[in-house]
Amino acid sequence: MFEILEKRSLNPTVTLMRINAPKVARKAEPGQFIILRTDADGERIPLTIADFDREKGSVTIIFQIVGATTEKLNHLNEGDCLQDFVGPLGRATETEGLKKVAVVGGGVGCAIAYPVAKKLHELGVEVHSIVGFRNKDLVILEDEFRASSSKFVLMSDDGTAGEKGLVTDALKKLIESGEKYDRVITIGPLIMMKFVCRLTKEYEIPTVASMNPIMIDGTGMCGGCRLTVGGQTKFACVDGPEFDGHLIDFDEAMARGAMYKPFERHAYEEACNLFKEVK
Amino acid sequence: MPNMSPTRNEMPVQAPDVRNKNFSEVALGYTEEQAIDEAKRCLGCKNKPCSTGCPVQIDIPAFIAQVAEGNFAEAYKIITKSSSLPAVCGRVCPQETQCESKCVRGKKGEPVAIGRLERFVADWHNAQPEAPVEKPAPNGHKAAVIGSGPSGLACAGDLAKKGYDVTIFEALHVAGGVLSYGIPEFRLPKSIVQKEIGGLKALGVKVETNTVVGKTISVDELMKEEGFESIFIGSGAGLPRFMNIKGENLNGVYSANEFLTRINLMKAYKEGSATPIKAGTKAVIVGGGNVAMDAARCAKRLGAEVYIVYRRTEAELPARAEEVEHAKEEGIIFKFLTNPVEIEATEDGWVKSVHCQQMELSEPDASGRAKPVPIEGAFIDIEADCVIMSIGTSPNPLIKSTTEGLDTQKWGGIIADEDGLTSKEGVYAGGDAVTGAATVILAMGAGKKAAAAMDKYMQSK
Repeated sequence: MFEILEKRSLNPTVTLMRINAPKVARKAEPGQFIILRTDADGERIPLTIADFDREKGSVTIIFQIVGATTEKLNHLNEGDCLQDFVGPLGRATETEGLKKVAVVGGGVGCAIAYPVAKKLHELGVEVHSIVGFRNKDLVILEDEFRASSSKFVLMSDDGTAGEKGLVTDALKKLIESGEKYDRVITIGPLIMMKFVCRLTKEYEIPTVASMNPIMIDGTGMCGGCRLTVGGQTKFACVDGPEFDGHLIDFDEAMARGAMYKPFERHAYEEACNLFKEVK
Repeated sequence: MPNMSPTRNEMPVQAPDVRNKNFSEVALGYTEEQAIDEAKRCLGCKNKPCSTGCPVQIDIPAFIAQVAEGNFAEAYKIITKSSSLPAVCGRVCPQETQCESKCVRGKKGEPVAIGRLERFVADWHNAQPEAPVEKPAPNGHKAAVIGSGPSGLACAGDLAKKGYDVTIFEALHVAGGVLSYGIPEFRLPKSIVQKEIGGLKALGVKVETNTVVGKTISVDELMKEEGFESIFIGSGAGLPRFMNIKGENLNGVYSANEFLTRINLMKAYKEGSATPIKAGTKAVIVGGGNVAMDAARCAKRLGAEVYIVYRRTEAELPARAEEVEHAKEEGIIFKFLTNPVEIEATEDGWVKSVHCQQMELSEPDASGRAKPVPIEGAFIDIEADCVIMSIGTSPNPLIKSTTEGLDTQKWGGIIADEDGLTSKEGVYAGGDAVTGAATVILAMGAGKKAAAAMDKYMQSK
């Protein structure tokens, strides 16, 4: 069974869990994801792998509590078991030949950006990390990013942490100051990635965006996760989750991401009410 | 004295306007009396033409003779000598083009209802108290099966009966493959699928769900590190095709695989399910196969007005006649000679309508079916808030791309010989992964053939 070995709250809405999953840990690479179910009636949700320990056989996930399933997941504790945990799925981040990379993360997306930054750093790549959050209470993994980056820029919407402004402002400043990146890797909200890609296109810097669409099986079977990249339909689960950011149709991805919003909101409220009653 | 009635015993079914609102099984099965009466219609032909029409050569006259005598247990034994999944095949086999098409009684009247009798015998058996299963003596060899669909289950069952230590690896969280995620409850109750898998487990077969071969572990690792001497790949044809027309990625457009997986595997049709589904108020299903019928009938049950759009005519529909009949009875509307060219959107990115080209038939094409050609300038729009693309599937490339030395066809099918042997020593394959999308029984037959060849291979090592 997939036991929760460790549970830590990173901020009021973001939780880290280390799961016992030796088979997944053995093969996991940064950029890949897993699919889990909390219980026998649960839905399948994809979460990107935040870290892994091959020796201990554990895989770390970091999730934001946004819906019924993540709410249920957050109510599980160390020692509890997940119903299902399958992976690693998708393709790993390509790191070959890179010398200097800007990693741009936003919100809970930083949980996925961090292992990428870490791996690049370990490979000897010069890493500049630019991370953004709404405010200081939501900042996660600051120390970890600092340890893996030769340059670290923290941004917040309200200026309560780091500089006030958007990650695109910081990235633009760095590029303008003469920093030459052979790649930008961006992971975060779709709207943020869209604007990061728009910016890097102006400077013609190859950019990779990590997509996290609605998914069921994660093996190429349903096509629910499809998106348009360079005019062609791709499946995020097997062709991605990382794609050439300059070719992604972000507007379509945003519309598809909202497909079940009313259902999700209702399910989330029901789950919250259920847990309130239990208390 | 045989029963010389030219017509077969009717299968009791749920009334159309009742069943199109629930997911319970449509066909209810013969009673013992009906089964015996139907069995008596069999003439017991010595040359068994029916058996030659069966992909796994069940001794059909022999099992039917036992049913006629009321010896249902004996009948079950005869069927299971050749078939691993009788309760499944009795329901989903296209008998009308196989065994029943060869039945002598079909020349002047209706053929013996062989499929219904097979189903009756299997259901009768499953209703009996479970007899303890004798586990075959282990022969000390280890074999792996990738995929728990019909071919994998058949292969695993045959190997286990010979004493092999068999492990099935399944990517999803439930075993059964297309029997679990694809075919709906009202045509194949999931309890029956789980019962068949339970039978395999009782024989000692291990089932490891949540294991994506090619990702979690590779074929080479299974052989070199986990000690499996031979491997059967039955990974099916699960990759959905799309038409590549404008608007196909709009909200409300599903592949049939996604639509059916949400319903069958994730139980989205049940009140309070954690997995959402949107069949909308007006659903258009594109395609004319069995999967299209399944998707249409599911959408109907979820409350939509349902259209099936097919570019040829009724005569060319690839779906079983029985499925088409059931769909019609349930109120599905067919639009023949109609081919979608664009899906139009509402302002907020949802499906609004399907813009279709009207077609006419011309000369037969390579497949032997009349080729549909566009009628210039003739278009219709069908309003819809849900569109389900059901135009076929291809084999999943995951195993191919991670297994060195495994040769595949250009279109993705694994290359295998008559016995299922691939280009890689000890590695066999069968079912849709080799042939492209076909039937449950053909996949099962391929699994059994491969099991026999794997047995020979491992014994000669």
